[in-house]
Amino acid sequence: MTHSTDLIADDIEQYLERHANKTMLRFITCGSVDDGKSTLIGRLLYESKLVFEDQLTALETDSRKVGTQGEGLDFALLVDGLAAEREQGITIDVAYRYFSTEQRKFVVADTPGHEQYTRNMVTGASTADLAVILVDARKGVLTQTRRHSFLVSLLGIRHVVLAVNKLDLVDYSQEVFDQIVADYSGFAKEIGLDDVVAIPMSAYVGDNLTERSANTPWYDGPTLIGHLESVQIDDELLTSPFRMPVQWVNRPDLDFRGFSGQIVSGVVRPGDRVRVLPSGRESSVSRIVTMDGDLAEAIAGQSVTITLADEIDISRGDVLAIADDLPDVADQFEAHVVWMGEEEMLPERPYLCQIGTMTVQARITKPKHKVNVNTLEKTATNTLALNEIGVCNLSFDRPVPFDPYAANRDTGGFILIDRLTNSTVGAGMIAHSLRRSDNIHWQVVDVDERAREALNGHRPQVLWLTGLSGSGKSTIANHLERRLHALGAHTYLLDGDNIRHGLNRDLGFTEADRVENIRRVTEVARLMADAGLVVIASFISPFRAEREAARELVGADQFCEVFVDTPIDVAEGRDPKGLYKKARRGELANFTGIDSPYEPPLAPELRIDTTSVSPEQASDQIVGLLRARGVIS
Amino acid sequence: MSTTHPVLTHLERLEAESIHIMRAAVAESENPVMLYSVGKDSAVMLHLARKAFYPSRLPFPLLHVDTTWKFREMYELRDATAAAGDLDLLVHQNPECVEKSINPFTHGSATHTDMWKTEGLKQALDLHKFDAAFGGARRDEEKSRAKERIFSIRSAEHRWDPKQQRPELWRMYNVRKSPGESLRVFPLSNWTELDVWEYIRQEEIPIVPLYFAAKRPVVERDGALIMVDDERMPLLPGEEPELKSVRFRTLGCYPLTGAVESVATTLTDIIQEMLLTTTSERQGRVIDHDSTASMEKKKQEGYF
Repeated sequence: MTHSTDLIADDIEQYLERHANKTMLRFITCGSVDDGKSTLIGRLLYESKLVFEDQLTALETDSRKVGTQGEGLDFALLVDGLAAEREQGITIDVAYRYFSTEQRKFVVADTPGHEQYTRNMVTGASTADLAVILVDARKGVLTQTRRHSFLVSLLGIRHVVLAVNKLDLVDYSQEVFDQIVADYSGFAKEIGLDDVVAIPMSAYVGDNLTERSANTPWYDGPTLIGHLESVQIDDELLTSPFRMPVQWVNRPDLDFRGFSGQIVSGVVRPGDRVRVLPSGRESSVSRIVTMDGDLAEAIAGQSVTITLADEIDISRGDVLAIADDLPDVADQFEAHVVWMGEEEMLPERPYLCQIGTMTVQARITKPKHKVNVNTLEKTATNTLALNEIGVCNLSFDRPVPFDPYAANRDTGGFILIDRLTNSTVGAGMIAHSLRRSDNIHWQVVDVDERAREALNGHRPQVLWLTGLSGSGKSTIANHLERRLHALGAHTYLLDGDNIRHGLNRDLGFTEADRVENIRRVTEVARLMADAGLVVIASFISPFRAEREAARELVGADQFCEVFVDTPIDVAEGRDPKGLYKKARRGELANFTGIDSPYEPPLAPELRIDTTSVSPEQASDQIVGLLRARGVIS
Repeated sequence: MSTTHPVLTHLERLEAESIHIMRAAVAESENPVMLYSVGKDSAVMLHLARKAFYPSRLPFPLLHVDTTWKFREMYELRDATAAAGDLDLLVHQNPECVEKSINPFTHGSATHTDMWKTEGLKQALDLHKFDAAFGGARRDEEKSRAKERIFSIRSAEHRWDPKQQRPELWRMYNVRKSPGESLRVFPLSNWTELDVWEYIRQEEIPIVPLYFAAKRPVVERDGALIMVDDERMPLLPGEEPELKSVRFRTLGCYPLTGAVESVATTLTDIIQEMLLTTTSERQGRVIDHDSTASMEKKKQEGYF
């Protein structure tokens, strides 16, 4: 497996020719702390001559200092990275390593074996073509072997190597090996792993890594490297139907409009009929543009720019798909969800969901069940904690194109993002949709945003005024609407009190009711903005999460958050409706600012300090903002 | 459908991935920038960026955080790149360093690097309010890099918290950030040194001639061959610049960058030498030798 030093020295041109045509395989290694995983990877790097003399010197020093192999080289030290974990002696994150052989370049995701790190293994597995599952020959198939295998299967890795390691410590016994393989095979079938190749080896000694070992004369299968070099991985992607999520609209001038993205499956050629989803418009591929010239064909894995024969409205997040084999479009799904957040999942709270290049808002129902990764037992649960895996229903705020994860990882996998911390808190794999979205989503509506805009003479907008009770929202809103009306804008004022007399009369002031209040108002505001209006929404709306949800639903370019900033003592002093007095007397529960929190906006489009600005000046500022954003001219 | 299509080579896969990363970052950030160090990794990154956005102009400027102590040939290539006309180049020099004439000889390599590079970078990012910055770091360079994400969040103070990294699944990158936070994006994460050289050869990408061997005036200092690139370099008693056939495996500030003796004058020669050599790439950089975990510490403090 080593770089053929002779060829490099004698005929570098030929060597480079070969190297240039290598393919790539990405794999993960899974095993527990003591299975010799880091040793295996360290050994692969060492054998492929990727360890240099200075690193080797450091390795020798380190081996003597903190090594666990006595006088021998501790290969594990080559791969254990961050300072904190070097001291702990364990790998705590996903690390990526690189080595290459005559045939292939390899990217290894080194994933930890510790129970609490399901998150990391799922991450490493999501990009792997193959998994190497290590088993200590002395211990056989353990709970963690099953756990790793289940995750491998869940993440859709089709090729598995069962590396029965440390065979030197059981006298290279064929009986031990056969027993482990037999134990594992039944389990692997159960969880749908079909392609399993078992290899007896010792990473420490080097048996059956690159060359057949004389210690295992009874074994006639491939060596680890031999197998990694030859396993076929690309066929499924190429034979799947063409899909390309649009990443970026490439528009250098008025004459060129291309759609840039990475093809995630299939093949595309000029002339192919393609459909744009979710809009449903159809056209044919005109050119496949790259800096190296137009292509006659592009295949899965390539990043290209496609132009279409017809002028169609396409934006980031849309998916181009071959017209005769389309993905489904839906807004409700059943999916496996792996929870990765420190805080547990909150059913019904809006999360952001990224699927392909599209970001939507998602609500997750109470899980149907969670899966115990050790026993595969399903148990009832109300939520998912860090590293738990469950089956949930998700509902998106709009229909998205998708394939089941089993058919296509890239159009069937998604991540969940907490809207406040922006952390990635979950990953999911779509099993199937719950119902096809109504055909109305496939219908192309001819009177669209642009048409309304042309008729109205201005763009739609939602102006969201948030602030304490008595901060001056209603006064400003009223003044602002008069000004906008005078300027010829089509407006509508949604006011907290008025809405609570009608649409939301059934809601109180508990935290849950406040969330629902704002959710309904947001939907109404969105409909009105869809109809082309400038909507002034004047609501205390105390929680950031709900205001951010409103921004997402309406769309950032049509949403302006205006923070009517009045200190509570000033607002209480004004107390136009006498509410603060009531709240202070204990006659009003859950009053914002008194016994219910107000979370001020972190980055509003506009902040109005009502202690120094009059309602007229505030209106001026908001009108100025609308002009700057091109809503009105 | 038949499967007669050629399978993508590893370089094609790397190229497509890097392009995907750059487009993802540009589509989701408001004010991106590409750090341009004029080295070979920067050259590859720039080439990939041109491919990613073709036929459009680069949708972001390049930023060179200058120390005034780079090799003269680096400035020449930088200016030639800017003169090509298809991009905007910004150059930032930390004004405090200019004022105090910070240099590696009087102030030491640590202070020099920290003030010109780390502080200079932070200043430039704050000055232009960049919210995403591309860097050419590769995971194979150093152990702490191996665990860094492709999209890495920095706090408003530019600090990196290795414990708060976001998991990166499939080819999906969570690029959301809170006000004040910014992104570091590493499109070359999965490239190795060999891949970079091979790609430069395949794509005929222009690089600084210092990578090729030539007769250059050097002195030996603390075991390293330092090139006397201009008259600012103070010679120690007994030091006499000697013309040697040398080249550089990495480029930085000339007083801090060790040369290797070499006769490799073509890309093929360089690759051959690299494959047969026995010391790793970063050994030529003085800053790594401080301690085993030095890079990790530097990154937490805001070094790229």
